[in-house]
Amino acid sequence: MIAEDSVLLRIGVVKVLETAGFEVVAEADDAEGLLRAVEEHRPDIAVVDVRMPPGFTDEGVRAALVIRKQWPDTAVLMLSQYVEERYAAELLATNTSGVGYLLKQRVADVEEFIEALRRVAAGGTALDPQVVAQLLVRRPSDPVGRLTEREREVLALMAEGRSNAGIAVQLVVSESAVAKHINNILAKLDLPRAEGDHRRVLAVLRFLGVSG
Amino acid sequence: MTRSEGRPGRRARLTAQAAFLSTGVLLHGAAFLLWVWFSLTVVYAPGVAVAPLLFATAGATSVTWLQRRRFATYADTDIPHTPPVKAPDAFRRARGRLRTAAYWRHLGYHQLAGPVLGAVEAVALVLWVGSIGGITYYAWYWMLPRRWAFVQWSDGSGWKMGVVGLVVLPFLPRLTGALLHLESVIARRLLGPSRAEELARRVEDLAERRAETLAAADAERRRIERDLHDGAQQRLVSLAVNLGLARATLTDLPPEARAVIDEAHREAKEALEELNHLVRGLHPHVLDDRGLDAALSGIAARAPLPVQLAVDVPERAAPAVEAVAYFVVSEALANVTKHARASRAEVTVARAGDTLRVRVVDDGRGGADPSGGTGLTGLTHRVASVDGTLAIDSPRGGPTTITVELPCTLPSAL
Repeated sequence: MIAEDSVLLRIGVVKVLETAGFEVVAEADDAEGLLRAVEEHRPDIAVVDVRMPPGFTDEGVRAALVIRKQWPDTAVLMLSQYVEERYAAELLATNTSGVGYLLKQRVADVEEFIEALRRVAAGGTALDPQVVAQLLVRRPSDPVGRLTEREREVLALMAEGRSNAGIAVQLVVSESAVAKHINNILAKLDLPRAEGDHRRVLAVLRFLGVSG
Repeated sequence: MTRSEGRPGRRARLTAQAAFLSTGVLLHGAAFLLWVWFSLTVVYAPGVAVAPLLFATAGATSVTWLQRRRFATYADTDIPHTPPVKAPDAFRRARGRLRTAAYWRHLGYHQLAGPVLGAVEAVALVLWVGSIGGITYYAWYWMLPRRWAFVQWSDGSGWKMGVVGLVVLPFLPRLTGALLHLESVIARRLLGPSRAEELARRVEDLAERRAETLAAADAERRRIERDLHDGAQQRLVSLAVNLGLARATLTDLPPEARAVIDEAHREAKEALEELNHLVRGLHPHVLDDRGLDAALSGIAARAPLPVQLAVDVPERAAPAVEAVAYFVVSEALANVTKHARASRAEVTVARAGDTLRVRVVDDGRGGADPSGGTGLTGLTHRVASVDGTLAIDSPRGGPTTITVELPCTLPSAL
């Protein structure tokens, strides 16, 4: 399921999705069409543009909130020209599972995009690094300031929704090193220990002041 | 003020003068009758004396309008409007009007100067009618009933009237002209705006026009942002996506071809990044949607140095003011990055009453001078465009603090 008003980009995303073995059951070019299609097809995941007709503001975000509320089995991946942490926060405030929010140009990094898509479809979280950077800007510096440079990087990747393995690949270190960093972070930030990818994200986000 | 068609002909001028005098007698006569009514009621029925007073106060505005029409039509004199009282309903408008000096000047014109002017006009009118009547007496006396024909051919008084009329008539146009001029001067003084009111009105006009200009510039920025967003950006994204797809799927290409695709892919993404930066600088749409708080984290996060952001704006400011505040932070952080050699910066935005205070602090080397760089000059201008102030505290060696204060509302239009 994809909702995007730019035809060019919609074609591109559909191609990417099909290459990755997803089946695209419906396409929509506005929020109303999106909601109708979700009701009809109940897809595993909806890829939604933030800015859509008729208002070209945040129709996508509002539609995504409706989807998450009415059809919790449908995950939502938002795509946006610019990521705004406020939109992400609105999405995440209710539920962090099955939610993603990425810059449109991330689609161009096909493998990463597909990985994020799978993660979200499976109930995980995918946040654009820019969203995470914007979240970090807002926090009182003290606790985050206590982290080392490396720990901040790991925290940012955690907030994006990556697993230990994913972080290890990204930073080119071993998984056990990542686990050690994460333990340090959780300890320094007084975050509750949690299992599973998205609950970890929830903890991070709560710390960053987004949800809970 | 003269009309553009040039001077009216002699006969037209005389007609206009006559019309001016008669309408004057009518309008001022009405005021005079109000006085008569008032005097009589005061003496014989004091309780009813309120009625003529009410008539006078309530009618003043319409009579002012009539007088303005009269001067414009017959005396070629445009009396400038006094600033209208703005209020949501008629009752409050009327009440507000009673509090203006202009209203009482108008009333003074109608009720005090009016009867006197009316009397003078009546005399002038009588002179006109009388002298013309005297000169032409023998042409129409036979139409009068016998007993009204008090002037007889035989005793010669008809001749005398004709002679008096002939002597007086040549002076009348000039006399009426002088009266007209005098009345115009008085009317302009009493019915038109005073110097202070005129200035106040001018300032209001200018403020309105400036607000319109600002809004137009703002709308233009938004339009450009929208055009880029719907056009170039989408195409670039789609190009990057296709190149990414090619990179991911075409695995059996010769290494040279792969390298070219890789390069194109990277460049497309970089171009997109640059375009995003440019468009954001114009006017981010999240600023419209969610306000300053939401929009600023974007700039703060993209600055190449750690930026601490605190925004406390419980109530949104006018769109143009928000746009200026956004621009201030964006430009200030760009300056910090370019010149300050700072290791970190802090941005606070807070609303205190009707003032939006924006502070950008860095720990750089200081020495920022608004007269030096174009960046700070542009900033000062942009801040001044909404009546804001900008203060820079930047001793050599640092740190630098830029404080901008913006009024949250703009006069009208926005």
